[in-house]
Amino acid sequence: MFDFLSDYDDPSLLGAFWVTVQLTVFSAIGSLIWGTLLAAMRVSPVPLMRGFGTAYVNIVRNIPLTVIIVFTSLGLADIFGVTMGAPDDFELKYFRLAVLGLVAYTAAFVCEAIRSGINTVPVGQAEAARALGLSFSQVLRLVVLPQAFRSVIGPLANVLIALTKNTTVAATIGVAEAALLMKEMIENEAQTLLIGAVFAFGFVVLTLPTGLILNWLSKRLAVKR
Amino acid sequence: MTSVLYDAPGPKAKRRNLIFSVVFFVLLALVLWWVWQVLDDKGQLEWSLWKPFTTADAWTTYLLPGLADTLKAASLAMVIALPLGAVLGIARMSDHRWVRVPAGAVVEFFRAIPVLLLMLFANEFFARSTGVSSADRPLYAVVTGLVLYNASVLAEVVRAGILALPKGQSEAAQAIGLRKSQTMSSILLPQAVTVMLPAIVSQLVVIVKDTALGGVMLGFTELLNSRGTLAANYANVIPSFIVVAVIFIVLNFILTSFASWLEGRLRRSKRGTGAVLGVEDVDDLNAAEVGGTHGAGAEK
Repeated sequence: MFDFLSDYDDPSLLGAFWVTVQLTVFSAIGSLIWGTLLAAMRVSPVPLMRGFGTAYVNIVRNIPLTVIIVFTSLGLADIFGVTMGAPDDFELKYFRLAVLGLVAYTAAFVCEAIRSGINTVPVGQAEAARALGLSFSQVLRLVVLPQAFRSVIGPLANVLIALTKNTTVAATIGVAEAALLMKEMIENEAQTLLIGAVFAFGFVVLTLPTGLILNWLSKRLAVKR
Repeated sequence: MTSVLYDAPGPKAKRRNLIFSVVFFVLLALVLWWVWQVLDDKGQLEWSLWKPFTTADAWTTYLLPGLADTLKAASLAMVIALPLGAVLGIARMSDHRWVRVPAGAVVEFFRAIPVLLLMLFANEFFARSTGVSSADRPLYAVVTGLVLYNASVLAEVVRAGILALPKGQSEAAQAIGLRKSQTMSSILLPQAVTVMLPAIVSQLVVIVKDTALGGVMLGFTELLNSRGTLAANYANVIPSFIVVAVIFIVLNFILTSFASWLEGRLRRSKRGTGAVLGVEDVDDLNAAEVGGTHGAGAEK
């Protein structure tokens, strides 16, 4: 029943899902960093940075991810000549471009999650920190963000799961991840239902543990008030 | 403008903020200048590439039909997914285990799968097992994929909306002797519809964004797909991307603002129960939140 799987070895089924996992992990790290910076900008005392953060989030959240990913290929790579440090290795280049697009998109959602987390930190915390004479960056780094992060693990887990599913959009620029392999297989093989089930199962396996682990973590780490 | 995170700026802080502003401005300007240089270098700023958008032709031949297809797929998906979602959501709250468990499994399954997989599968299914013509197939596949995914998200919206209602509503209905089905259809659902309205409108944004996937992967002639045809004709890659992105941004911004306006109105309303499922709750419902607290709206 599963014989046809052995016809595919570049990438194989596991190989394609491994690319999906890599896309997810790299994009998650990147968007966590960029999203936190954006959130810091959005609550900062500098009006220009606040404006930039707000504009970025509102623009990026309203553009389809597909448009962003396709643009990284047709716009960034072809017009701007961005090679992401791999001008000759096409596979690597498009993989990195996809990560770039996913980071740019997901960071907007990470930013909003963290900002809502900052809002859950009681006013007294920041006031006490200011009363001690801490500066804005100290208030944020030492008092507010550590508490905010603990309360946003739940929402961030949702962003991460959505990101895992969103990596399939990388198929639009030919990154050999799970969705692209499924497209190829489902068009060439007879067992439509079986192929659909295999790939669906793969994504359930990827998202289920993430959700369970992070949910457990968010309950454990939540600041008891 | 002060916030709880920092004091009203004194002379020293004002100076520091100014320095940060200037540095940030210079950085932004440098990036923009580089972008401008490259675009100029590649001739993407030439008027001939932008001129098509001032003529009726580019709009009537490419952009408007594309936008129409985007809206058609999105509204079809919403109209079909909403009743399906309501049924699934209510089934998930049933007192009978044999109804509740399968409904829950269906909802969790389709929320855990990327919508692209559903579209690809639907496309192949229609090609092999049905007589749908190849011209209509992309639309069918896109709508099917969107319906399967969004029905399960909307099921969660419906459930959260009903759970967000004050408990007194169903208790009062029981007290006057209504049956469970009567309580649901004449007390809970009508009120939940208002509660869910902002969430439903903002789910429409997600649907509109997801139609673009079908454009690239299945050749559905929506806005992003028409951009390709247009750019092939006028060789204006960057201008066409900018115009299409702006259309998407404006469209989704209108939807989001409408949803926020509805939400604010419902929150302030004195007539209702004050329960509302907000725009931000939808972001949480779109990810498969396994075993978590689904009725997030209830606690707020």
